[in-house]
Amino acid sequence: MIPEIGHYALILALGIAILQTVAPMIGWRRRDARLLASAASAAQAQFFCIAIAYLCLTVSFINTDFSVAYVAQNAHTDLPMIYRISAVWGAHEGSLLLWMLMLSGWTFAVSVFNRRIPAELSALVIAVLGVISVGLLLFLLLTSNPFERLFPVPLQGRDLNPLLQDFGLAIHPPTLYMGYVGFSVAFAFAVAALITGKLDAAWARWTRPWTTTAWMFLTLGITLGSWWAYNELGWGGWWFWDPVENASFMPWLAGTALIHSLAVTEKRGLLKSWTVLLAILTFSLSLLGTFLVRSGVLVSVHAFASDPARGLFILIFMAVVTGSALTLYAWRAPKLASVGELNLFSREGLLLLNNVFLVVACAAILIGTLYPLVLDALNLGKISVGPPYFNAVFLPLMVPLFVLVGFGAVVPWKKGRAGETWNRLKLPALFAVAFAIVVPLALHGRATLLAVTGGLLGSWTIVAASQDVWRRIRAKPSFVAGLASVPRATWGMTLAHMGLGVWALGVAFVISYGYEKDVRLAPKETTEIGDFTFAFIGAQEAKGPNFVAQQGEVTIERPDHRTVQLYPQKRFYPSQRNVMTESAVDATLMRDLYVSLGEGFEDGSWSLRIYVKPMIRLIWLGGVLMFLGGCLAASDRRYRLATAAERKAALDGGAQAA
Amino acid sequence: MTKRNQRLLGVVALVIGVGVAAALGFTAFRKNMMYFYTPSDLLAGTVPIGASMQLGGLVEKGSLVRAGGLRVEFRVADCAKNIPVRYDGVLPDLFREGQGVVADGHLDADHVFVATRILAKHDENYMPPQVANALKGDPDTGKHSCMPFKAVESAAKS
Repeated sequence: MIPEIGHYALILALGIAILQTVAPMIGWRRRDARLLASAASAAQAQFFCIAIAYLCLTVSFINTDFSVAYVAQNAHTDLPMIYRISAVWGAHEGSLLLWMLMLSGWTFAVSVFNRRIPAELSALVIAVLGVISVGLLLFLLLTSNPFERLFPVPLQGRDLNPLLQDFGLAIHPPTLYMGYVGFSVAFAFAVAALITGKLDAAWARWTRPWTTTAWMFLTLGITLGSWWAYNELGWGGWWFWDPVENASFMPWLAGTALIHSLAVTEKRGLLKSWTVLLAILTFSLSLLGTFLVRSGVLVSVHAFASDPARGLFILIFMAVVTGSALTLYAWRAPKLASVGELNLFSREGLLLLNNVFLVVACAAILIGTLYPLVLDALNLGKISVGPPYFNAVFLPLMVPLFVLVGFGAVVPWKKGRAGETWNRLKLPALFAVAFAIVVPLALHGRATLLAVTGGLLGSWTIVAASQDVWRRIRAKPSFVAGLASVPRATWGMTLAHMGLGVWALGVAFVISYGYEKDVRLAPKETTEIGDFTFAFIGAQEAKGPNFVAQQGEVTIERPDHRTVQLYPQKRFYPSQRNVMTESAVDATLMRDLYVSLGEGFEDGSWSLRIYVKPMIRLIWLGGVLMFLGGCLAASDRRYRLATAAERKAALDGGAQAA
Repeated sequence: MTKRNQRLLGVVALVIGVGVAAALGFTAFRKNMMYFYTPSDLLAGTVPIGASMQLGGLVEKGSLVRAGGLRVEFRVADCAKNIPVRYDGVLPDLFREGQGVVADGHLDADHVFVATRILAKHDENYMPPQVANALKGDPDTGKHSCMPFKAVESAAKS
């Protein structure tokens, strides 16, 4: 019964989504306020239906109702409760339903928080989001129905892929999707601007918090994914340039560029058509990401069983959405002429350069990701483009970007002055040079090119980025008054840029000074790596809720003669006859000690993977700082101010204040 | 400097920047592109010794030998030929005799494939069904179907 309710709710949602698309469009043509206003109600009703459907699937999972095919494939009676809930998005059908839930959730948010936006624009935005809803709901219902029944009902399910039974994974896809799907709002705003032909500073101010919110979730999602891969895949890496990782990274790069070009559009009324194009591209890359992951064209950790019909559907959907948006752009963009001059040595000029580097980096990754697929599809041979390519292209492109961040914080809008800029940046520059020489030598006794470059750029970014806040504080009579005077948007920008610097430090140090060693150790045998002595004590059986494990014990002696115990596991999940490596990590901000078990041999010895990773935590800390920066920037007062005024007028708005 | 000159300078800088990026990208691409070969391709003798590449096939049943320490030796086969592979390191969880495998590495002078990284294919549950079926092969004879590893003619020629 419950699955049927879910199924009906999805069908109902499809009907509402069609209304949500058609009615506002007609309303716009006929200038009919009532039809325009219907958009918001439709969006809310649609969200309600999707939420019901999602809840139904979750309940089926909690009850392990194996008469639902999707549940039977991804659950097991031994599966712990938290993973039953996260198993909902553990495979194709459910994760699409989650995508849909996010999309309708974002549309719902637009319908609620859009009070001060002209009714016409708001309705058109919701209508465009409705188009995307219709496509996805059709996709769900026609090719990937999560509520399909299975007869005869199996007694036991096939269980969730053990790789996915990890807390990091439980929250990685939802945050990632929040980001991916969130860019649909920026896309809808862009398309609505193209339809109405009106794009001004106010438009940019409405679009910015939505874009920033989507971006910060995507940032967090990618960071969580990297952390998950590090903990769960047993390879000790944090980024593999795997096509699926690239699929999430490309929209991130484009989205980052979009955030910056939106700032120019809001403050200076420039780069209008570029901003619109970026918004279209960013969401298209999000769709491309979905296509790459869900079509099965990629063989990777993420490529779950999938069938070609689905890939074809997404490809066509992507072509229709992107194609029609770009056609509209080609037709209408000339109307969006920017007024005013763009001076290269000014904040807007530097932001333009930032966009150039980000977009070029994104394009380079796109080529490296798609070229092998295209070649394979045309039967011209199978190739793979490995991490060295991406590193060789991506890292050099990041260097000027980091240098620019420092300048961006001190160069004013309209026109910068060389002397003033130098005065403000000479101390940060001096600090960065000193940091880059001293810190690698002090911590590790030797300097590598990468560590010095990373140290220079990272510390430069952190210190120079803080200049803006520092100057605002100094301008006030007291420190506290100064702190209070800094707007959240500035805090957000500063924090996010500092996060970028922290990330760079982490990357440079972990690559320069990390140790990786594969060894075979008999019980009681030791090996030395860096300043640490690793002793393998032995391995024993251990039992978990739905697995049995061989648990190794490793004692690590630190340079100060204290010891650390680690217990890496090799797990066997009987329900899927699957083996999983559960690594053990001793983490501090300065270094990680990482041990994972390879295979056990007949003589009682084991192959072990042992890593010492200095400062690897900074990589994720950087991501978290960027996320927090996004939170602050998106909640800036000037975005909320008008909303509050509107709320007073509307009398009933208390619930939507958050 | 006049405004016009300044703008010109900006455009020139932009063009140079994009050009350098494109050049970097292109060379990096050429250098790091790894072709995917099957054992038959390698034994046809058209593949340069020492060039880095990927080898894909099935781990032949009964061919896995441990040679002390972490060294393992096994043979990777397609339907027609097989080739010895040597690897020093920890094998992935999904590595099994009779299962699909992809190895990064190069061919040495003795025509042994020296692997630097081994990727095991995911098990049946996480593969498209047709590939999974083709990979299973015939359990009695140990022979494998070559469906998923059709020889890559054009790649071998270049």
